[in-house]
Amino acid sequence: MKGLLRKETGIFVLLVVVCAATAMKSHEFLGIQNLQNTARLIGMYGIFSIGVGLVIITGGIDLTLGSVFALLGVLLAMFLNPKENDFPWPLGWLDNRFWPWPIAVIAVIAIGALLGTFHGFLITRVKLQPFIVTLCGLLFYRGMARYIAGDETKGFHDAKGFESLQNFATGSLWGFPITFVILIVLSVIMWVVLHRSVYGRYLYAIGRNEEAARFSGINTKRVIASAYILCGLFAGLSAVLIAFYTNAVAPSSHGNFYELYGIAAAVLGGCSLRGGEGSVVGILLGTILLQVLQNLVNLLGIPSSLNYAVMGAVIMVGVLADQLLANRSAAKRAT
Amino acid sequence: MNPLIEVRGVVKRYPGVVALGGVSLKIYEGEVVALIGENGAGKSTLMKILGGLVNQDEGEILIDGKQETIGSVARATEFGIALIHQELNTLDNLDVAGNIYLGREPTVLGIMNRAKMRADAGALLEKLGLPISVDTPLEKLSLAHKQMVEIAKALSLNAKVLIMDEPTSSLTLTETEQLLEIVKELRGKGVGIVYISHRLGEVKGIADRVVALRDGKNAGDLDQEHITHEAMVRLMVGRDLERAAARDSVAGADRLVVKNLRTMRYPAEQVSFEVKAGEILCLAGLVGAGRSEAALAIFGADQPLGGEVWLDGNQIPTGLPLNAINAGICLVPEDRRQVGLIVEWSVKENITLPGLRRFAHAGLIDRRAETDAATTQSKRFNVKTPNLDVAVASLSGGNQQKVVVGKWMMQNPKVLIMDEPTRGVDVGAKAEIYDLMRKLTSEGVAILMISSDMEEVLGVSDRVAVMHEGAVTGVLPRNECNEESIMRLAVGKGRKG
Repeated sequence: MKGLLRKETGIFVLLVVVCAATAMKSHEFLGIQNLQNTARLIGMYGIFSIGVGLVIITGGIDLTLGSVFALLGVLLAMFLNPKENDFPWPLGWLDNRFWPWPIAVIAVIAIGALLGTFHGFLITRVKLQPFIVTLCGLLFYRGMARYIAGDETKGFHDAKGFESLQNFATGSLWGFPITFVILIVLSVIMWVVLHRSVYGRYLYAIGRNEEAARFSGINTKRVIASAYILCGLFAGLSAVLIAFYTNAVAPSSHGNFYELYGIAAAVLGGCSLRGGEGSVVGILLGTILLQVLQNLVNLLGIPSSLNYAVMGAVIMVGVLADQLLANRSAAKRAT
Repeated sequence: MNPLIEVRGVVKRYPGVVALGGVSLKIYEGEVVALIGENGAGKSTLMKILGGLVNQDEGEILIDGKQETIGSVARATEFGIALIHQELNTLDNLDVAGNIYLGREPTVLGIMNRAKMRADAGALLEKLGLPISVDTPLEKLSLAHKQMVEIAKALSLNAKVLIMDEPTSSLTLTETEQLLEIVKELRGKGVGIVYISHRLGEVKGIADRVVALRDGKNAGDLDQEHITHEAMVRLMVGRDLERAAARDSVAGADRLVVKNLRTMRYPAEQVSFEVKAGEILCLAGLVGAGRSEAALAIFGADQPLGGEVWLDGNQIPTGLPLNAINAGICLVPEDRRQVGLIVEWSVKENITLPGLRRFAHAGLIDRRAETDAATTQSKRFNVKTPNLDVAVASLSGGNQQKVVVGKWMMQNPKVLIMDEPTRGVDVGAKAEIYDLMRKLTSEGVAILMISSDMEEVLGVSDRVAVMHEGAVTGVLPRNECNEESIMRLAVGKGRKG
């Protein structure tokens, strides 16, 4: 768990540089409106990035998130507007049922956790590789989302009957967007869990050396599965917030690439895909940097077609700088 | 006659440590020089310099009388220096010929010439008198044979100087003898051999000269007629060590009882034995006799095919180390770097990992209690480390082993299974580990030790159970143990028991 501080410092410096450069070029960047909107996005992305980070720390990967958002978004919209939506076979029994919004939200989050449980089961009990399990999930859930929605965009319209939910999900607390507030609370909890709890230590142990962890009496299967469950749980929470942010769920495009944003944030923040490394602060900084980059592209009038290119380039620069530093310090203490 | 290689006053410094403080060494044609010393004495550093892996800071190296800089593995190969590491560098998925010519495969128009490769490899194996086919995949070979494939590879590079780092540390007696035969044969052909080993019996049998290092300096040389166990130990540690003294057995009631245990490797055989409280039972036998498999099954790391494990009259569920550990069965595994420790982690984190819940309130770690406990354990076992936050990977083998033992002592084990507890451990640390085992047994702990080091088997065991091809061929009380009686059972010539 050494060297994290250095990793976090590196990305923090990069973040400050990018922010300063953007602020100099565009006075809008520090405007209250822009900051609020960016914070809202950071909150949305940060919640599921922490979940993916947990999985990556155990040495696994979760590629399903984007499709899970589409599937859960579609379900949420259909649960909340039962009159306008018919479920296809074999879900016809869900038709015309009235779902009070708290039940609908809990159901959607629970389905997220359930999917995570399923992934964890396949990975730890059936011993399939995480990449393959979640790659299949990525395709399967997208297909299910489109099928259940009949390939139609599902919206929340005027939110009749669940106005308070919509107001909450899109609202603010003391000027801070609610997604951002949730992220901060979640981060504090997860910081304690990862860096101060027995469970957190076990996650890192498994990521570093699963066999040694098992030989030390850790129930590795259970701990690994729990990481996927937490990831699914956080994805469920994000799915609700994302759906209300876009206010309409187009099943074929909703959430596209989001799994990669999560992985990118975790990697930028110092998680190693080999497992055993990473921190909550790092993942947060990674998320913030990604969103600031998006914002920068918009504000500086860079053609939006270059959006992904900018992100790819900056992630590469971050990872390269990190690697160069690592090589240098390795050379210094070479034995 | 010029020496093949002469090292003069070589100094190598690492940040904060002087690994070599002016070491000299000569290697002549056709001789075996044994390089001995405790872990951390500088043997590996010297070897790395000769192998071209690192550069010395001061001093010179003469090859055939000419001053040269080695500096890279390629240059070392050019000079005819070959290095055989303790951890083998063979690829299990390739066959023997493929391993010998890896990266230098003969080609015709860019396509691998397998026929030539096989013929050349075959000639090499014949020269070494190796009874294996060039088509055998390495995964099917024993460790000893893999090691010999490495030697064949070195010879194919026309090595004039062969440096071998602990070549026998994982070999059985018979395999060791085979290897030593080959070393003698190479010596007869004029190869200069640097033989690094902690096994002094072997050194005595093969070395023409002993060069001892201590704390990065030459501690003295011994000519062939002066090589004795005591003299070597004195040079290495700078004082006389008392040999493991015979002790009175304090064995009590049956503590660990293993009934009809069947493992994946030998599904047709059943293993049964018992270890009494305060007793050291040694599982002896050849490598591959199924001893480690039995240990892993008792500990729950491998699911046994059948059988029962009982501790103090209670049956322990198998298949999960957690159950064994909670019951009080702990394992110091053979492969401490892969499964015994998380080597990237600090000494403290490794020591506290199995008992972490003890320092936790509501799932949160009390970091002060954790540090205190780790400090206590590390002091108790005399772990030599600058501080507790140092990565275990940077410690010597002996100190790593003390960390493994320390992490289990926190669990107050009732049964401690130790698989090759002193492999790759230097003389001083070895004595400390034996002391510890004696102390534990006096507290009533039952120790199940697996060892291939005959000196160790005879020195520390109260009883010896010998295994051969998955079955226990005999159990010998201490007064019936000798090299011959054990070997007879180990090769399967004993009574069934």
